[in-house]
Amino acid sequence: MKKTVRFASAAMAATMMLSMTAMAGETFKIGGIGPISGGAAIYGQAVMNASQMAVDEINAAGGINGYQVEFSFQDDEHDAEKSVNAYNTLKDWGMQMLLGTVTSTPCIAVSAETANDNMFQLTPSGSAVESIAPENAFRVCFSDPAQGTKSAQYIGENALATKVAVIYNSSDVYSSGIYNNFATEAANQGFELVSAEAFTEDSKTDFSVQLQKAKDAGADLVFLPIYYTEASLILTQAAGMDYAPTFFGCDGLDGILTVEGFDTALAEGVMLLTPFAADASDEMTQNFVTAYKEAYTDVPNQFAADAYDGMYAIKAAAEKAGVTPDMEVSDICEAMKTAMTEITIDGLTGTGMTWTADGEPNKAPKAVVIKDGAYTAM
Amino acid sequence: MSFLNYLISGISLGSVYAIIALGYTMVYGIAKMLNFAHGDVIMVGAYTVFIATASAGLPTIPAIILSMIVCTALGMAIEKVAYRPLRNAASPLAVLITAIGVSYLLQNLALLIFGSNTKSFTSAVNFPAIKLAGGQLNITGETSVTILACVLIMIGLTLFINKTKPGQAMLAVSEDKGAAQLMGINVNGTIALTFAIGSALAAIAGVLLCSAYPSLTPYTGSMPGIKAFVAAVFGGIGSVPGAMIGGILLGIIEIFGKAYISSQMADAIVFAVLIVVLLVKPTGLMGKKIQEKV
Repeated sequence: MKKTVRFASAAMAATMMLSMTAMAGETFKIGGIGPISGGAAIYGQAVMNASQMAVDEINAAGGINGYQVEFSFQDDEHDAEKSVNAYNTLKDWGMQMLLGTVTSTPCIAVSAETANDNMFQLTPSGSAVESIAPENAFRVCFSDPAQGTKSAQYIGENALATKVAVIYNSSDVYSSGIYNNFATEAANQGFELVSAEAFTEDSKTDFSVQLQKAKDAGADLVFLPIYYTEASLILTQAAGMDYAPTFFGCDGLDGILTVEGFDTALAEGVMLLTPFAADASDEMTQNFVTAYKEAYTDVPNQFAADAYDGMYAIKAAAEKAGVTPDMEVSDICEAMKTAMTEITIDGLTGTGMTWTADGEPNKAPKAVVIKDGAYTAM
Repeated sequence: MSFLNYLISGISLGSVYAIIALGYTMVYGIAKMLNFAHGDVIMVGAYTVFIATASAGLPTIPAIILSMIVCTALGMAIEKVAYRPLRNAASPLAVLITAIGVSYLLQNLALLIFGSNTKSFTSAVNFPAIKLAGGQLNITGETSVTILACVLIMIGLTLFINKTKPGQAMLAVSEDKGAAQLMGINVNGTIALTFAIGSALAAIAGVLLCSAYPSLTPYTGSMPGIKAFVAAVFGGIGSVPGAMIGGILLGIIEIFGKAYISSQMADAIVFAVLIVVLLVKPTGLMGKKIQEKV
């Protein structure tokens, strides 16, 4: 009996293989790479789910240029070498365009490969500058340094403060990159940068001096371009010295509410620049969040939103360029590269998004504020 | 006014270093070895209190006592398994390398058991902040308790060493292990006792460190451990008051360096001061120069 079942399933698999080969040239094959196991798994999982959701929607609405889309996602465990292996697996599968990779360092390695093959690549969330160094690579999220410029603009344009202090990690590329751009842009904005104090990887527990300096300088907003672990310490120590300015951070602060044992009341009123807030009231976000929750019983994070926008950006560019699945990978890439700079899309992570030829997105930054222990759109 | 605030921060940070340094200096003074795992025993102590209060719902004081028991047992076990067999090894380097090994072992075990996610430590100190000069000068409860604990521990240790029999035995072992043994002192027992006391102090240091700076990871103990080692050398390793003075001075230098020179250079300044002190006074501030008998 068992044997028959096995034969039957083998036969079925063979038929499926046949039908898939028959379909080659008639569908777009888009690949995705990211960590779906290991420490960064939540990021990859979100991208995989949201990309699949976007693909299903696109297929239901008639596909791209009339062709259906197939999507395959491979795990890279947030490891550069495994990411390149995953890329090769996807190439064997017949991938024509890549929506990935999810994390910055593997993305740098894979973008070198896609540049060799001249394969069109759009990373939803690889934010390091080098992640999209080749000209065939684009991204949906802001680059790390761009977050500094955008934060300064946001604080200035919304008149959040008149005197601003910064506490940053000078031994970290992400943090010091954001700070440098923030400081440059601050000169053009209507606030004054009154104190900028650094800390390093080896002395990241005591922030009393940095906070005292910000307090003495009369800063009413403290900008924290750092990760949430240190930020939770800064918030605790500021409360201990009765210093209550507005705290403003970038996407590194995302996660502060999940630190085990952290009194989330201390994070009340903290603002962070993040492209996506799940409780935003606009119709598009609401529909996305409802559909995502239905499919995956989880509230989508910013990575999911980046991936969802990324898939629709690919659709828009492919339609603009008029590419078809029977074209060579390299020809698709050439056409997509030009088309990406010509499209404008309204997505979850920004309205009126456009791209420059070097792959960077242009969109208005969004901020969220922590209210009653949850992220709330501003 | 900010000068006074910096001074208070410095003393507060320094008192934590001082308590950790006491553990280093005692073990060095008596067993003549550098216990590099000391910083990680601190981390174990802090995790014990965190688990006991957050998960098991124990009140603070029993949790601290439990943590002291756990650390004492751990300290004695490390001594027995990793250090005692090597005490008479040909090279004193053997036990130093083992100590570094134990340090990494503890860190990685903690990583395995507790994960790498930062835990936010709820302050074990329930003491109101003191506000002076119309609220401009703010001494947190943690600062007051840390300084108080540091002074009490130093006085207690000094009395213990000078006034009790086991304390006298420690002094004897530190001066001449062979002679002490001939006089009927249980050398192994005395060294085990030293580790027990040092590790119990580590538990207290862990609680105070994480109350003042409430982020707990498997690496929490390593940097303060190294700084406290510097403090112990700075004050004169082997000297109990030296560890206390060294620790507090180091804390003040670190904070003043951050405040008045550069916040990025704080560590560089701390270590530069150490080099200068050792060049001028190789035995440290309070270290005694002992004539080597031939």
